[in-house]
Amino acid sequence: MTGMVALYIFMLAAFTGYEVISRVPVILHTPLMSGSNFVHGIVLVGAMVALGGAHTPLEKTIGFIGVLLGAGNAVGGYVVTERMLEMFKSSRARAARPRPH
Amino acid sequence: MLAGMSADSGVQASYFVTAVLFIMGLKRMSSPVTARSGILWAGAGMLVATLITFLYPGMSNYGLILPAMLIGGVLAWWSGKRVAMTNMPQMIALYNGMGGGAAAAIAAVELYRGGTEGYASTTLAVAGGIIGAVSFSGSAIAFGKLQGLITRSIRFRGQQLLNLLLLAAALLLGALVAAQLNASLAVVTGFFLLALLLGLTMTLPIGGADMPVVISLYNALTGLAVGLEGFVLNNAAMIIAGTVVGSAGTLLTQLMAKAMNRSLGNVLFSGFGDTGAAATGEVSGSLKPIEASDAGVMMAFASKVIVVPGYGMAVAQAQHKVWELCQLLIDRGVQLRFAIHPVAGRMPGHMNVLLAEAGVPYDLIADLDEINAEFETADVALIIGANDVVNPVARTDKSSPIYGMPILNADKAKNVIVIKRGKGAGFSGIENALFYLDNTRMLYGDGQKAAAELIQAIKAVE
Repeated sequence: MTGMVALYIFMLAAFTGYEVISRVPVILHTPLMSGSNFVHGIVLVGAMVALGGAHTPLEKTIGFIGVLLGAGNAVGGYVVTERMLEMFKSSRARAARPRPH
Repeated sequence: MLAGMSADSGVQASYFVTAVLFIMGLKRMSSPVTARSGILWAGAGMLVATLITFLYPGMSNYGLILPAMLIGGVLAWWSGKRVAMTNMPQMIALYNGMGGGAAAAIAAVELYRGGTEGYASTTLAVAGGIIGAVSFSGSAIAFGKLQGLITRSIRFRGQQLLNLLLLAAALLLGALVAAQLNASLAVVTGFFLLALLLGLTMTLPIGGADMPVVISLYNALTGLAVGLEGFVLNNAAMIIAGTVVGSAGTLLTQLMAKAMNRSLGNVLFSGFGDTGAAATGEVSGSLKPIEASDAGVMMAFASKVIVVPGYGMAVAQAQHKVWELCQLLIDRGVQLRFAIHPVAGRMPGHMNVLLAEAGVPYDLIADLDEINAEFETADVALIIGANDVVNPVARTDKSSPIYGMPILNADKAKNVIVIKRGKGAGFSGIENALFYLDNTRMLYGDGQKAAAELIQAIKAVE
């Protein structure tokens, strides 16, 4: 990847993020923030690569913390987003099941 | 800047698939019909990327990587499964801070070992490092505040000056590193410590009410930091995912700030957002109480009822009882809807999550723009635990601190019933003119108990 290509990717990704979010109803703001929080958990991959190339004890220590935090971001982000979205059901889906009361 | 990498093409192809899955997942998450599958798509993308990274060329230290993943993953899984829906905003802050910390850690490892090549790559590592570190310590403070661990907003004279000096010092050290003038252990370490400190001092003075906007901002910043470190590592999945979240998060932050009638600059630099703002505005009239039995009859014979829930309802854990009440009304043929203000919960959309937890179908829930015209045709507006978001002075009184904030026009309904614990003012400390209107009746009591009494009253009608 050259610098110029990288710049194009950056610009297109920025527009994509803007477009994906711009028509979202308010009811989904919290789950969506949580979902985007999960997506940047991809930082785990970078932390793995950084720790995988670490040599000195200092680098290894920081790399270890990085992977731990990155895994926390990815897993925690997934669990809470999934829990929230699982609850969103429409009237029809409700009617298909017996009422709890 | 991105030369010199010849990673296995299979790994790169997998990262491409991950990026596609992320974008499609986010897209699906933006509609309630497909949202559930959206997180599964994104989750699949994460799984692919994580597994394939074990095959990344030139990797070592697997003995450290695996336990670190296991510890972080298990702790997050355990806490994420346990957290109550009311505490969701601070958990998002916590996990987001972890991501920022991870991005800063990547920058630190790369800068310590001299892994960056050329000015551009080093500069990007430094930029991602400072943003990630600020997001890390700032999110930790945001978590502490919403969780009730930090109860005071620490403010003093010259605070903004201190923040500015910290920022300048961090940027100076960062510039030394980026320009490759001095990338010694001491300078790099000092740079990161200053950035962490800046996150603390920036976030401490911000009041609890503004925290959702701050969390959203830090979410965007973490995304940006991840994208920047993605350039450093030449990792397309990180670049695309990070940048998408960075821009989506920025937009989400703006939408939230707008919904709360606050500008981002105001949130970050003014130190409002606590209770106890000037409680001005005289209100004339009296509060007129009503018994649950009368209120129940009124709703049972209404043709259209709009329920306006606020955070107070969630605090009283009344959402299940309220939904039970609403189901009774629906069974009687009453046309019923929930009206949700963007900031009805702790953050926009939070109330929808809380109602969904109680089993309310999302198509009964309307947001402000959809429902506001309907209040005029409603026989009863039932306000439960909401206050400032239905205060008509936001439309009428220019001297009020909430003037201009979009509100739900509950005052236009033929009858208004307000369930309220006591006679106190709202979150902002402003008297609510709605409570004093001629068509308003106050039903005093705990939200859960009041809802139960209403259920009894409606059942008695049959």
